[in-house]
Order: sequence, then structure tokens, then C-alpha cells
Amino acid sequence: MTELAEPTAPLNKRQRQAAKIADAASGPIGWMLLKILLLAVVDAIALYAAFVLFGQQEWLVLGLVVAVTVLVNYIYFSRKRVPAKYLTPGIIFLIIFQVFTLLYTGYIGFTNYGTGHNGTKDQAISSLLASSQERVEDSATYPVTVVEQFGTYGLLVTDPESGDALLGTAEQPLAEVDADFEGGQAVAVDGWNTLPLAKVFTLSAELEKLSVPFSDDPNDGSLRAPDGQKGYLYVSSLEYDADADTITDTTTGAVYADTGEGAFTAEDGAELLPGWQTTVGFDNFVRAVTDESIRGPLISVTIWTFVFALLSVATTFFLGLLLALVFNNTRMRFRNGYRIILILPYAFPAFLSALVWAGMMNESFGFINQVIFGGADIPWLSDPNLAKVSVLLVNLWLGFPYMFLVCMGALQGIPEDVNEAAVMDGANPWQVFRRIKLPLLLVTVAPLLISSFAFNFNNFNLIYMLTKGGPRFDDVSIPVGHTDILISMVYKVAFTGQSRDYGLASAFTILIFIVVATISIISFRKTKALEELN
Amino acid sequence: MSTTDTRTAAPVTVERNLGPRRRSIGAWFADTGWRHVVAIIVSAFALFPLLYVVSASLNPRGTLTGSNQLFSAFGIDSYVRILSDPQNPYGLWFLNTLIIAVVTGASTVFIGALAAYAFSRMRFAGRRIGLVTIVVVQMFPQLLAVVAIFLLMSTLGDWFPAIGLNTHTGLILVYLGGALGVNTYLMYGFFNTLPMELDEAARIDGAGHARIFFTMILPLVAPILAVVALLSFIGTVNEYVIASVMLVDVEQQTLVVGLTKLVANPRYADWSAFSAGAVMAAVPVMILFLFLQRYIVGGLTAGATKG
Repeated sequence: MTELAEPTAPLNKRQRQAAKIADAASGPIGWMLLKILLLAVVDAIALYAAFVLFGQQEWLVLGLVVAVTVLVNYIYFSRKRVPAKYLTPGIIFLIIFQVFTLLYTGYIGFTNYGTGHNGTKDQAISSLLASSQERVEDSATYPVTVVEQFGTYGLLVTDPESGDALLGTAEQPLAEVDADFEGGQAVAVDGWNTLPLAKVFTLSAELEKLSVPFSDDPNDGSLRAPDGQKGYLYVSSLEYDADADTITDTTTGAVYADTGEGAFTAEDGAELLPGWQTTVGFDNFVRAVTDESIRGPLISVTIWTFVFALLSVATTFFLGLLLALVFNNTRMRFRNGYRIILILPYAFPAFLSALVWAGMMNESFGFINQVIFGGADIPWLSDPNLAKVSVLLVNLWLGFPYMFLVCMGALQGIPEDVNEAAVMDGANPWQVFRRIKLPLLLVTVAPLLISSFAFNFNNFNLIYMLTKGGPRFDDVSIPVGHTDILISMVYKVAFTGQSRDYGLASAFTILIFIVVATISIISFRKTKALEELN
Repeated sequence: MSTTDTRTAAPVTVERNLGPRRRSIGAWFADTGWRHVVAIIVSAFALFPLLYVVSASLNPRGTLTGSNQLFSAFGIDSYVRILSDPQNPYGLWFLNTLIIAVVTGASTVFIGALAAYAFSRMRFAGRRIGLVTIVVVQMFPQLLAVVAIFLLMSTLGDWFPAIGLNTHTGLILVYLGGALGVNTYLMYGFFNTLPMELDEAARIDGAGHARIFFTMILPLVAPILAVVALLSFIGTVNEYVIASVMLVDVEQQTLVVGLTKLVANPRYADWSAFSAGAVMAAVPVMILFLFLQRYIVGGLTAGATKG
């Protein structure tokens, strides 16, 4: 293997390197083994996943996992399908985490998913009944032993009448088991660890919450043992009638029925929460465009998103271009030094810059008011209009270096003879710039301006770190403010505030999706950016 | 022939303009002096927030007001504080961020390079549609689907706790959903600049496609791989939305999530400690960036004009 060098043209350093690596790499058998090993790992993971999904009875997902695994094995063992071998890993991730999540977002937009509506109807019923449980007075006391298995706590109960041992967890109703007895009380059972009393005392917070159903019927109530030693029967003040599909409050006599809205509702409109997740058709969209307290902010946020994105591109581009023109003079000294300084804001992680600026712009304690304006109280971030100006200013700081670099590159790409020809023809510098350089520059830079617009359209970090979207609108039902853009509004509706509303947030996402799709299709047509895709 | 004419004529005009101007200060100012004035003003604008952070980080006093006098006090107390505060485990956040960003960056480059190789070197049905799809899907940022991602990962976590919410593996998997995208496009453009004759020669010598890819192409495209890795690394370090939704425990969080919470109310925050954390997080990234900036800018412009 050492004397294989053939008398060809001298190789450059990279080629020699490549040749060396190629020689060092093992032959076809090595590749084959590596491939089989990797596939074995993939198949092992898939097998594990299949077992878990089988246990959970998730047939659809199980089917998908099996299908994909078979496909992957076929692709990599086949002698053909070479492009697929290179594309499969990326496509799998793309489909699961981009395509599927987008479609799923579409689905959630048509549901009431959110706080109070995030489970199935059965879960809602058990949770309702469990939350309104009260101890049955004068009921028997059940001796209890706390046991544990894989981090799940269970109660090992001795029936005071029959003396049988029963075992149950929060998920599994009590069922009879064979246990070891000690002094008439069941103390241990196979497969479960009996917790020593000292340990039980440290678990009081968890034991408070542990409620073991007596049977499959939630109306039978459940057993609770807050001290880990004595259990009592708790029965709900709510009663579920499976035939009529209603819940009756035994203390007030009120009847709540399933009206198709995802919660048990009384005739006067009172709802029992938690409810469950259900599809609500176009409700979220209708709410977004008709409910005054949502429509108002939605419209202002949409307008501001466009204004923000456009002005962001315009301001950064013009400052960047101006600087590029200023620096486009070879006789200027220290050009590279300035250049490095001007790149620094671009290199500083953007989220940190926004947080730092938020501190500097603080109304009463910030550097800008305290030092630069000598103790003034300028509400940089708390006045609706000034906050917008501040956002644009910080974005200018963040974005101009990029435009500067890009314009420098583009200007240097314009051949010098074009300029000279124009000067010969008697054009002044402004005319040369306006009529010749700018159009040529725009050809190169236009796609970047479009992608910069798209970036700022979704510039979540800047908005959220600098102003948190604030100052907040008055009289609105969603936690949205004057500087929020669409993407930060979605985030706040879904994940902040008193209640989470995934359904409404997803409906907003779909609306944004439609807007973005329209813009990108138009801009693609205009720039014909995809023409070179051959 | 007219082009050669202008070429010979141009230097003459330039020199004629230059000659007399060099003598007086006024002329110097008119030519390059004012450029320095602009440059100094803009440099001050660019630098002052950075100087402020560095100054605040060296200030032993913790509050926002205390940080206002630039370089009035020196000390590394705030660095010690941020590194030793058990409530805000900066060291862990840094490590988490590093692990997540490095694994995401490396995997993104690998997966993206595989795809770019296929698109650049092979001709197959659906190739053009595939390329277009990648660009179009990427137009919609992943964070737009954050609700769906959250619910998906929460369900997955019920079945497989190792990749569910609050795990780094799960977060990395979500990020890899974007592995085919703009970055692949950059690489595709670069791969196209390598002559096909290289592949053909190797094939004639008996090399298979995998051998060509791993031992010949990858070393040759190393510069673009480095750039994409860096871009993906920085993007991951900056990513807040999905990380904040997925990583619940303080010990699991990344720098962006942790530091944002640390100064959620700047008035009461330990501002010096935050600044110290910011400086330590930013310096390595900035050094890498400045080393690679020429390639990055080149890559960005090249990719943009193509796509």
C-alpha cells in the first residue's frame, strides 16, 4: 500500500490529504461492517420503540415505526437507491419535526386545546371526580403500607373486614394481590419495594396527592393515606352518570351535561373545568376576527410586524450601504481596523445584545437616561411609540454590520471600468452611484434583502428580550403589547399568561402561515430566484 | 476596443485629481478625512454597548445603577458570583448550551452534507422538486410550530422519557428537523463548484459512492462545512423559543433561557453577574466569528444569489 503513487500531475496539499485518508480507510468489507453495525443500532432502537408502543397500544404510531424501519433497511441494503441513502436521514427529521408539526399546528387550530382542555374526556371525568373528593365520615380505617416500583408509588392496603391484601396506584385501581403479612397487616409484595417509615415521612407532599381509585367506576371513590399509615375512603361530591353522560353535584343538585363544547356545562352556562380536548371547527378563527378584544390587538400587531420588518431592512441597509460607500476608498488608512470594530455587534450573540440594551434603556436606572441624558426619565421601553423607536434602534445596531459587509462585497464586485467609463462620459459621483452602482448592487443584494425581511418578520428574540412585547395594550383578553410581532404574540398566547390557549395560538399561526406563504410565493416569482435550480 | 481605451485613460484622471489634494489638510479632509469622522462616530455607536457590558462585568457592585459609571471599579467578584450561584447554575447552562450546540452543529453539517452531495452529484427523479421543497419549507421558521412541537414532544416523552420534554436529546432532535434547509443549500452551492471529473476519475479507479463522499469530497469541502457548523452553532446558542418551552428544569436549561430569566426584571437583577456571564458566553463565539468572517460573508452572499 505504500508504493502506489502513480506518475501523475503533482497533487496539491488537499489532494494529497484526501489520498492519504482514502488509503487509510479500510476496503469495501470495512464499509459493509460499519453499515451493518449502524443499521443494527437503528433496528435495535426501532425494536425497543415497537415494544413500548405495543405496550401503550398505539397501533398507528407502531405501524409507522415498523414501516419506516423496513423502508430504511431496504434502502441501505439495496444496491441501487443511492440518492435515497444520502437523503433519508435528513428527510426523516424534516418530515417529523417540520412537515408533521406544521400539519399538526393546523389541526390544533381547530381544537380548544389549552388550559382546562388538555386531555381526553375520560381523564376529565376522573380528574373532576378526584378533585371534589371528600372523606366519608365514620368510614373504616384501612391499614396501609407505601410501596414503590420504578419511581411509581402505590398503596398496599389491608381490607379491615376480609383481611385481604389489595394493591393500587394513582393509575391502577385497587386489586387483590398475594402479600406477606406481619401482625395481620400486609407489609410486602413481590416486585415492589416496601418503603421504610423514615422514607415515608419525607414523602408527605406526594402522599397528600396520591389517590388510589377503589374500582374502575370513578363513582366508587378512592382511598387516600396522607400520613402513609392509615387510609380512609374518599368519595366525590360529583357523580358521573355514564348512560345520561351527565355529572350531578350531590351537594347542590346541579346537573352538568356534555354540550359538545369540551366541558360539562350546566343549563345556566356554568362549566366544570377541567374539560377535555375536542375539535371546535372554525371557532378560534371566528374568535380571532370577531371578538373585539382579540381582533384589535391582532390587527395592530399585524401592521406593526410589517412596519417593523420593512423599516428594519430599510434602516440597516441604508446605514450599511452608506458605510460601505464611505469605506470604499483605498486611500483611507486603518480601514481594516474600523471594519473589525463595525463587525463586532454582528458577532456578539444577538440575545445577549437585546438583554444588554434592555438594561441600558431602563427608564430610571439605565445607562442611557442616567449618563447620556444626564438623569432624564425618557420612557424608552414603556411608551408605546418610543418603545417602537427603541426596537428599531437596537435592531439597527444589530443589523447594520451585516448589510455593511454585504454591500462592501457587492461594491467590490462591480468592475472598476464601469465607473471609469461613466466618469469619462462626464458623470458626477452622485450620478455614477445613482444610475450605475446602485442598480448593479441591488441585483446582488435584493435576495438578501428579501431574506432579511423574512428574518425580521420573525425576529422573536429581539422583541421578546428587549421589550417583552410591552407596553401592554389596555382592554384586551390576550397578553399582547404594542411592540409584539406576530410570532411573539403566538408564543405569549400559547405559553404565558394566566391560561394557555394552544388552539387560538395555532389559529394565529395558520393565519401567519398564509401571509408568509403569499409573500414568499410573490417574491419567488419576482426574483425568479429558483431559476438556477438545475 | 473601447474598454481598453477607458482602462488606459482612467489612471491619468485619478492621478490628476490626486496630485494637488495631498498637500493641504482641507483637501485631505475632503478626500479621506471626513470618512474617518464618520467611521469614528459609527465605531462609537458599535462599541459602546460592548464596552458597557465589559465595564459592568468588572464592577463588583451588582445593580443596574451601580454599573453606569464606566470602568469606575475593577474586580472579578461578579465573575465569581455568577459561577458560584447555586440558584443560577451558569456553569451547567454553559455546558448544556455547548453540548446541544456542538451536537446539533455537527449533526446538521453531516446530514446536510449527505443531502447536498446527493443533490449536487446525482440525477434522480424528484431532485428538482426536492430542492424547491427544502427552500420553501424553510421559509416557515420552526418556531412558528412551537405549540405542535411542544405537544408532540410531550406525547413522545410519555412513551420514551429519554427524548421527551426536558431532555437535551429531544431538543437536539427537534433542531435536526431543520438540518435540511438553508444550510444544505449553501453546501449544495459549494459542492457544485467541485469539478465532476474528480468523481469520475475516482469511480474509474474503483471507488464506490460512499468512498468518494467520505474520503474525497468531504475533505475538499471542509471550508463550507466549517462555516455551516459555525452558523448552526450560533443559531442554536441563540435559539430561545423551543428551548424555553422544552427545557423546564433549571439544571437542564441553556444559556439563553437561563440568562433571560436572570434579568427578567433588570431593576432587581444582579446586573454585574449577568454581564460577566454575557462576556464569558460571547467571547468564544466572537473569536470564532472573527476568524471565519470572510468565509461566512462569502458563503452568505454566494448562497443568496443562488437561492
